[in-house]
Amino acid sequence: MFNEFLEKLFSWKSDNNSRDQVKRRLKLVLGHDRTGLSPQDLEEMRKEIVEVISRYVELDTEELVFSIENNERSSALIANLPIRRVKNEEKSEQVENEENLENEVKEIQLENEEKIENEVKEIQTENEEKIENEVKEIQTENDN
Amino acid sequence: MARIIVVTSGKGGVGKTTSTANIGMALASRGNKIVVLDADFGLRNLDLLLGLENRIVYTALDVMSGECTLEDALVKDKRQPNLALLPAAQNRTKDAVNTDQMKQLVTDLAQQYDYVLIDCPAGIEMGFKNAIIAAKEAVIVTTPEISAVRDADRVIGLLEAHSIKKIHLIVNRIRPAMVQANNMMSVQDVQEILAIPILGIVPDDERVIVSTNKGEPLVLAGSNSLAAIAYNNIARRLEGEKVPFLTLETPPEGLWERMSRFFRKK
Repeated sequence: MFNEFLEKLFSWKSDNNSRDQVKRRLKLVLGHDRTGLSPQDLEEMRKEIVEVISRYVELDTEELVFSIENNERSSALIANLPIRRVKNEEKSEQVENEENLENEVKEIQLENEEKIENEVKEIQTENEEKIENEVKEIQTENDN
Repeated sequence: MARIIVVTSGKGGVGKTTSTANIGMALASRGNKIVVLDADFGLRNLDLLLGLENRIVYTALDVMSGECTLEDALVKDKRQPNLALLPAAQNRTKDAVNTDQMKQLVTDLAQQYDYVLIDCPAGIEMGFKNAIIAAKEAVIVTTPEISAVRDADRVIGLLEAHSIKKIHLIVNRIRPAMVQANNMMSVQDVQEILAIPILGIVPDDERVIVSTNKGEPLVLAGSNSLAAIAYNNIARRLEGEKVPFLTLETPPEGLWERMSRFFRKK
């Protein structure tokens, strides 16, 4: 009761009076009239545009504003699509993969090199040992 | 060459015919030779508002079909010799006329008069197309109501598509107290939405109804009502004069009035 009283007493201050309401409704309906777009068409267009943009960025779906506004007898499509974040997970995955690959390659290379070195060393030492042994054997034979 | 002006609105009942009658009378009283053409075939009313209904012998349709001359059909106002009415046929529909006939008729009228004012029927069908076909200028009449403004916007679009570039707005039946209480759009609100220049502001006035009862346009009766002044101002602006717009504000409501209004409502 008291609230109602205050509302009536200060009605000229409220911006939800019938004058503002009629202006809002008119602007909206004229936007559709002037472009020849029905609210259904606009909704369809909204969906498609959001779909395309969503391929690149993640949109804040609750804060989307999509409307037709008029200024001096020309109409404009006003879209406010707040971006939650840029979609870069896929890219970073690729980068990680590439890095992984590189590392793997390096590791394999390193491993291989080591192996080869080791093998070479082993062969070398083996050969050396063999030669030494042979030399020793020949020496003892000669001695005998 | 005459100025050919169509008075149109889209929505019916917003005051097209009243405006045509009063603007015609005001222009005539300023020394211009005026013909007002009722393009509302089948639902003619301009003759009633001018009080000339008993003097109609032939109609515009009879002229177009060659049954009489233009002179025969024109009804000259005895109270205002500068004004003549070319009445519409009442017994036929709007499809009885085509745009070529209408164009020819208006061209013929334009050779004899300073102004041809065309009273357009409501709607955007054949009757509308006939009424605007020969017009070079348009006066849009609207009231500060949602449906009237929406229809006016549609009509402005159609006029622009017919390359009528000179379009002016009359906001009719403004109720200043309601605007002040934020319960009606102001003239500025309507003008901002429609985005065409204002030609005149006509306040809601009971004397308009009284004058139609009598068949005597307010302007002709020399009334000092605000509506009569508004129509005279519109005629002056049409002739290129710069006339300030009427200020229609009611004195600001004091706290006491507001409180007593509140308790009256209870």
